[in-house]
Amino acid sequence: MPRRVIFDGKLLPYLLLAPQVAITLVFFFWPAGQAVYYSFFLQDAFGLRQTFVWFENYKIVLTDPLYLASAWRTVIFSTAVTGLSMASALLLAVMADRQIRGAAVYKTLLMWPYAVAPAVAAVLWLFVLHPTIGILGRSLRDLGFAWDYKLNGAQAMSLVIVAASWKQVSYNFLFFLAGLQAIQKPVIEAAAIDGAGPMRRFWSIIFPLLSPTTFFLLVVNLVYAFFDTFGTIHALTAGGPGKSTETLIYKVYVDGVVNLDLGGSSAQSVILLVVVMTLTAVQFRYIERRVHYG
Amino acid sequence: MIESRSRTAWLPHLVLALGVAVFVFPIYMALIGSTHDAGIIGRGNLPLTPGGLATENYAQAWSQGSGIRVKAPPVSRMLLNSLVMAVIVAVGKIAVSVLSAYAVVFFHFPGRMFFFWMIFVTLMLPVEVRIIPTFKVVSDLGLINTYGGLTVPLIASATATLLFRQFFMTIPDNLVEAAKIDGAGPLRFFKDILLPLSRTNLAALFVILFIYGWNQYLWPLLITTSRSMDTIVIGITKMIGTGDAQTDWNLIMATAVLAMLPPVAVVVLMQRWFVKGLVESEK
Repeated sequence: MPRRVIFDGKLLPYLLLAPQVAITLVFFFWPAGQAVYYSFFLQDAFGLRQTFVWFENYKIVLTDPLYLASAWRTVIFSTAVTGLSMASALLLAVMADRQIRGAAVYKTLLMWPYAVAPAVAAVLWLFVLHPTIGILGRSLRDLGFAWDYKLNGAQAMSLVIVAASWKQVSYNFLFFLAGLQAIQKPVIEAAAIDGAGPMRRFWSIIFPLLSPTTFFLLVVNLVYAFFDTFGTIHALTAGGPGKSTETLIYKVYVDGVVNLDLGGSSAQSVILLVVVMTLTAVQFRYIERRVHYG
Repeated sequence: MIESRSRTAWLPHLVLALGVAVFVFPIYMALIGSTHDAGIIGRGNLPLTPGGLATENYAQAWSQGSGIRVKAPPVSRMLLNSLVMAVIVAVGKIAVSVLSAYAVVFFHFPGRMFFFWMIFVTLMLPVEVRIIPTFKVVSDLGLINTYGGLTVPLIASATATLLFRQFFMTIPDNLVEAAKIDGAGPLRFFKDILLPLSRTNLAALFVILFIYGWNQYLWPLLITTSRSMDTIVIGITKMIGTGDAQTDWNLIMATAVLAMLPPVAVVVLMQRWFVKGLVESEK
């Protein structure tokens, strides 16, 4: 709803908008347009000539077994990171929501990993799980388990998942805690009086009431796993061994920056763009609904 | 609350303590690693207790960065780069979006909604999606290896604009009316009334955006080719290289600890604003 009382000014509003609009045009719309543009061209090896090829790049990308494998890997990775970090955050939040002594202290102790950069989190876990120098990595080997994430793709994937989830738990924890604290206590007490045990109360009342938060976090975590984990992967495994930890965003980087395949990488960027747009649209539709039906 | 306390009270403590332990454990090992010498770590003999080399390791990391096998700029230099980047990104984002939100909420002018939507859709264009073309634009502008190239492309922010817009909409019309009657022009109102009212929002957003800027990875990786422009997060992964056992792990861990310290301190010390900023900026 627009305000009724406003200021007059013909030029001033445009001047106020100018910095943001300028940056948006130069660094958002122009490059995004470029990505779409390049995705329709095929460049020669020296970048001297390019030919217009319609959707050829998309066809190449979407039928490339390596790309499809990377897409599937991204699905596994994102599901694992989202599931692991949300489930543990929910458990911690439910516990912290009980009126126990020191709840505020626990909250402080559980929120700070949010501030740790994904790449630094990766370095910390590397140091712990390194097969020869890491304290846990060594223990695993001492127990007879052939732990070496540099050789074993599945192990590399689990290492990346652990490092990426570890950092995301505190974010989810804070949102779940806020969501839990917003639930009216009498509702839960009424259920308790009716004889519902703690598990029953959680699954029949608390969890459904928490669904807006859960849904919101689901989208945020998927976007995190898709994009923000680039640093985690780059620092830990660089997509390896082989290509076993190369997610879609990492592939855009490798194809565009390392292999200098402008057309193919642009087509991949546009595909990712569509994914983000879908996720964002879903989220906004949902939030709109929440506004209407309270 | 409802359950009989005595029987189940230990459970939350156990679960929460376990959670805290999982969070603290890798940090603890990093701290331990930064107090021993590279040899012990490389041989896989790192104990669980601190060694006596903390001062030496941190001093070397701080002033030289490089060790015997690891080549890096001094940590003091990389921390400075990160600090400059985080502050410019945070302050820049706030400044740019507070102005545009002000224009969109307090003025009616042709194209108002057009500009609003133009800013809004950038929500959907994370830097990772447009890496290569954005890199080209920045290199055409000659901004590679500059603080400008490092920060300006990240400064436009739909989230911050939306947040300020939401807050500005809650300012009662009476207040604006009163200010106008008292003869305040738009700039005067902005400076003397609106900004002071937005203080908490500004602080909350600053905490979130400072961490956002500090933890940037892909963008600085592309934009800085000269080692002296490395931010600390980039610098530390370059130090690791391929993750050999025989490297200066003591220096790497000292650097990791120093890299975490500023953003973690900001979150812990500005906790109230952090939680507010986090929850509100995502609404």
